[in-house]
Amino acid sequence: MSTTITETRRKSVRQLVHGHGGIVALLAILLFNMAFTPNFLQLQTLFVNISQVATIAIVAMGMTLVIATGGIDLSVGAIMALAGALAPLIFLSEFGAANPALGVTLAIALPMLVAIACGLFNGIMVAKLNVQPIIATLILFISGRGIAQVLTNGNLQTFTNPHFSYLGTGKVLGLPFQGWLAIGIAIFLYFIISRTTFGRYVLAIGGNERAAQLSGGPVALVKIGVYMICGALAGLAGLIVVAINSASDAARNGSLMELDAIAAAVVGGALLQGGRAPIFGAILGAVIIQLVKYTLLANGVQDEVALIAKAGIILVAVYVQQARKE
Amino acid sequence: MLNSDAFDLRKYVQRNSQSVAVWIALLALIVFGILRYDNFGGSYNFGSFLNYNSMFIVIALGMCFVIITGGIDLSVGSVAAFSSVIAAYLSPYGLEVALPLALLVGMTFGAFNAFCIIALRIPPFIATLATMLGAKGAALVISGASTVAVDWGSNFTNMGMNKAFDLFPWSIIIVTIVGIALWIVLEMTSLGRTILAIGGGEDASKLMGLKVNRAKAFVYIISGGCAGLAGVILASGFGAGQPLEGVAWELSAIAAVVVGGTLLTGGLGSIPATVAGALLLGLVFNILNFENGRGTISFSAYWQMVIRGAFLFAVILFQTRMTKGRKSKGASA
Repeated sequence: MSTTITETRRKSVRQLVHGHGGIVALLAILLFNMAFTPNFLQLQTLFVNISQVATIAIVAMGMTLVIATGGIDLSVGAIMALAGALAPLIFLSEFGAANPALGVTLAIALPMLVAIACGLFNGIMVAKLNVQPIIATLILFISGRGIAQVLTNGNLQTFTNPHFSYLGTGKVLGLPFQGWLAIGIAIFLYFIISRTTFGRYVLAIGGNERAAQLSGGPVALVKIGVYMICGALAGLAGLIVVAINSASDAARNGSLMELDAIAAAVVGGALLQGGRAPIFGAILGAVIIQLVKYTLLANGVQDEVALIAKAGIILVAVYVQQARKE
Repeated sequence: MLNSDAFDLRKYVQRNSQSVAVWIALLALIVFGILRYDNFGGSYNFGSFLNYNSMFIVIALGMCFVIITGGIDLSVGSVAAFSSVIAAYLSPYGLEVALPLALLVGMTFGAFNAFCIIALRIPPFIATLATMLGAKGAALVISGASTVAVDWGSNFTNMGMNKAFDLFPWSIIIVTIVGIALWIVLEMTSLGRTILAIGGGEDASKLMGLKVNRAKAFVYIISGGCAGLAGVILASGFGAGQPLEGVAWELSAIAAVVVGGTLLTGGLGSIPATVAGALLLGLVFNILNFENGRGTISFSAYWQMVIRGAFLFAVILFQTRMTKGRKSKGASA
């Protein structure tokens, strides 16, 4: 009798860990930090982490949508660099200097349009030409950053523009603006996924693309739309990074972001085969990735070792997923 | 495949239109280069071109095997960087120690990839991505994030700096031998047939009783070994282990394989065409460098990436056309 009770209890604990592995991992990291990392429980730490998490989370949400259709987008980091390189070029130009308000507006709008166009390119390659997503997005992964560097001649662009910098340094109700932005985007995307036909098709394509096609769904259009959303979010993240630094470095902006975004999406519960779009999971994943990075750095672990840790996280997260499926 | 029928050139061209196109493009570019630039055909350019591109050729060879099985190996660049550091540390003991051990290191990474993919069932893309990060981190840790000078007193640098008959760098000779060996494995052994069959359909191959897991392990270990060899060439050619090198090498390799006509969906692929693809990619940049030197164009280094991407785009467009044609032909037959 008592053994069965402990067994069921053990089972429920296991289920809890299984279903909410991400949250358990998050709590573990938080507890570890409270115990060992000096000055962890300070507002400053919170601000630093929120402003870093927001960019990862914004890109990871787009990645989650792409992964939900069974795809992948390697070009997000390059799109960040491209959008980030364009913005200062626009508001630092003669026209931008003469019309500050219009200049900043254009410096946000035009890079976003370019980012969306990049997504459109990826989407057409994948949905119309049937190129594998890894390869299709590889094209912009390679050349996108190159274009950004050609545009800026490889130079670091520094600037002081408080209006534009609000994207990265502004505060609403005491918390960083981009954190609110990320939450707003998450709520919006959650609504799209759960309440609209578009959202249902995203999940249907990932579940069984052929079936979605045979039932008359606009598979190609939905896929293109998903890559465009992912491109737009990457562009936004690129602008935020530039705004945080008050400088645009095309060589470094968004470098390796595709890995962080994929890792965050997977840790958040996205299945690489598609069919699931846990938007809030992507935020949770981004928080975990950022906290692991922060924990290692704050405890004096080298950057390079942090890379190995990230590799380990990705492997464990995918392995747990795989094991759960079987 | 090969039977007693006489060799029919027209059929061959029809069936291998892309690899024929690659060979023609390669020849045309060489002729163009020789006619246009004074030193293009000179032994210096010839030697340095082959030496530099031998690294990309050998990585593309391993990648070709992986892609034929329908997989992908993103870790090759980092593994090459890691093994270049190992080779540099071992260089005082001579090439005969450094080369095999660095190869072994590369194969160990490949074995780790294979373990993750076969035993843990992690998708190749993710497993090799993790290895890419891990190997890069490890290379930076063991080297202290800076280049590691090789021992110039030993025979280690012969491989990357000396030439056989004053013409062929030893690196390209070793890579050629590796290429021929891999060609034989792919075309003439049961292992090679299993590898091709896996790309055609993994489940079907398993049901047919083929040793699928063994063949998959083989391709990832070979790919790791090829990356290890590239690392040795890197260290001996540049006189230092380079933990920061290898960035985007996997892309060059994938591009070379795709240019060579290997389908990314697996099941088809050719070793000679892959070599031609790698040479063609290298030659495009060689010619751009010469054009830069003449001053007719002035490309900054940043253009290289843009052009590489555009080139990949063009090849993919070409390939989608070809496969569409092939498919529709197959359907009508």
